[in-house]
Amino acid sequence: MIGAARLLAAGILVLAIWQTVVWMTGVPSFLLPAPAKVAQTMWDSRALLAEHSVVTITEVLVGIVLGAGLGGLSAIGLAASPLARALMRPMLVLSQAIPVFALAPLLTLWLGFGLWSKVAMALIIIYFPVTSTFFDALMRTPPQMLELAKVMGATPRATMWKIRIPAALPGFTSGLRLAAVYAPIGAIIGEWVGASNGLGYLMLLANGRAKTDLMFAALIVLAVFTVCLHYAVDRGCTAALNRRLR
Amino acid sequence: MTPAPALHLSGSARYDGAPVFGPLEFTAPAGTWTCLLGPSGVGKSTMLRLFAGLDSGVTFEGSLGAEDGAPLQDRIALMAQSDLLLEWRTVLDNVTLGAALRGAMPDTERALRVLTRVGLADHASKKPGALSGGQRQRVALARTLMEDRPVVLLDEPFSALDARNRSLMQDLSAELLAGRTVVQVTHDAAEAARMGDKILVMSQDRLTEVPPPATTPPRQFDAPDTLVYQGQLLRLLMETA
Repeated sequence: MIGAARLLAAGILVLAIWQTVVWMTGVPSFLLPAPAKVAQTMWDSRALLAEHSVVTITEVLVGIVLGAGLGGLSAIGLAASPLARALMRPMLVLSQAIPVFALAPLLTLWLGFGLWSKVAMALIIIYFPVTSTFFDALMRTPPQMLELAKVMGATPRATMWKIRIPAALPGFTSGLRLAAVYAPIGAIIGEWVGASNGLGYLMLLANGRAKTDLMFAALIVLAVFTVCLHYAVDRGCTAALNRRLR
Repeated sequence: MTPAPALHLSGSARYDGAPVFGPLEFTAPAGTWTCLLGPSGVGKSTMLRLFAGLDSGVTFEGSLGAEDGAPLQDRIALMAQSDLLLEWRTVLDNVTLGAALRGAMPDTERALRVLTRVGLADHASKKPGALSGGQRQRVALARTLMEDRPVVLLDEPFSALDARNRSLMQDLSAELLAGRTVVQVTHDAAEAARMGDKILVMSQDRLTEVPPPATTPPRQFDAPDTLVYQGQLLRLLMETA
């Protein structure tokens, strides 16, 4: 509740600063529309915004599910196999040296203008944080626990599934929390590069027609969605982690 | 449980070329409780780890194992200073961890009997986070008993408990681990004086056996001969360090 109140206060503060800037500078509406005008546009264009939001939200959610799944499996594979570590880790680091933005045109070329090129962008952008936070956690199992398992005659597979992975779940959830914030960035970049719908597409379209108020409206919808997603994932992860200890 | 074997170790351990202990000779008679008493850093835990087959980065030269010549693997249970309970498993599931890790069917009925013996049957479905430090260590003891191994290695398992809980755990362990070959590492002279059938004071280059009082362990902590013996052990610790 306190978190929500703080968020609301921050939002009101931003609106106040925004409105003040518009009043004091008398900046034309096509450069910086007043909050009230943006709100009016949001209401008038609610059907349009909703239609494009659904597209972007779908891209983000599918991207998170696939990215978290692939990242989780990769981390387990890396933790289980020294050979995989030797081969894959340099590649992972190298992959981070390529700006994701530069991949967007290629992905559009390969996967088309539809859903999948954006899902791929979101996936790529969250894959590394998910993999690396989970992998680090998997490699930090308390050594005494592994020794206890060894003395008990544990198989490596059982040690992985019954000790290492459950012990590393907090690490996996930190990766998920990062993913919730990064995935929308990936989806929007994908839409900017080539799309026929989605909030990113709508923003470019509005920008091209000097409908700055619509652009702001789309931006606000995106920001609200990202904040909600962040909170949902954060709360969900915390609740899940607490519940398994009770 | 298979018959409890005697243990022997003869040799020396080095870490990065620097001596950890030895050369020395160690034996733990079959089916008895042997205490290895010494200050921190003289290689007591290293010796336990060698028996348990755990890598501690030391190079061991010499021989060690069971007197019956059979491998020690699968005949050893280990109890450490930390209870090592898995926080996300219930007490019962922690007790049956060994079976789960070996891919075997956990014997829930036996686990409940073992939990009853350590006085925690009512807590079987709780998570470790809901238990006190003393209760947690009793779960660790139940897990050790559940393994039903003839050799039990104890690496200061009671040192983190308060005095009362430590005494209770000592009594309980002595009762429940009777008949097994137990090697207990400790830096506490009082604990060694209570628990050991055989007590060895360890320094870097030798083991000194100090014959305990004739009473059977667990000795009363306030019995005069226990207290005199405890003083004797402490004196020796002071002089050898």
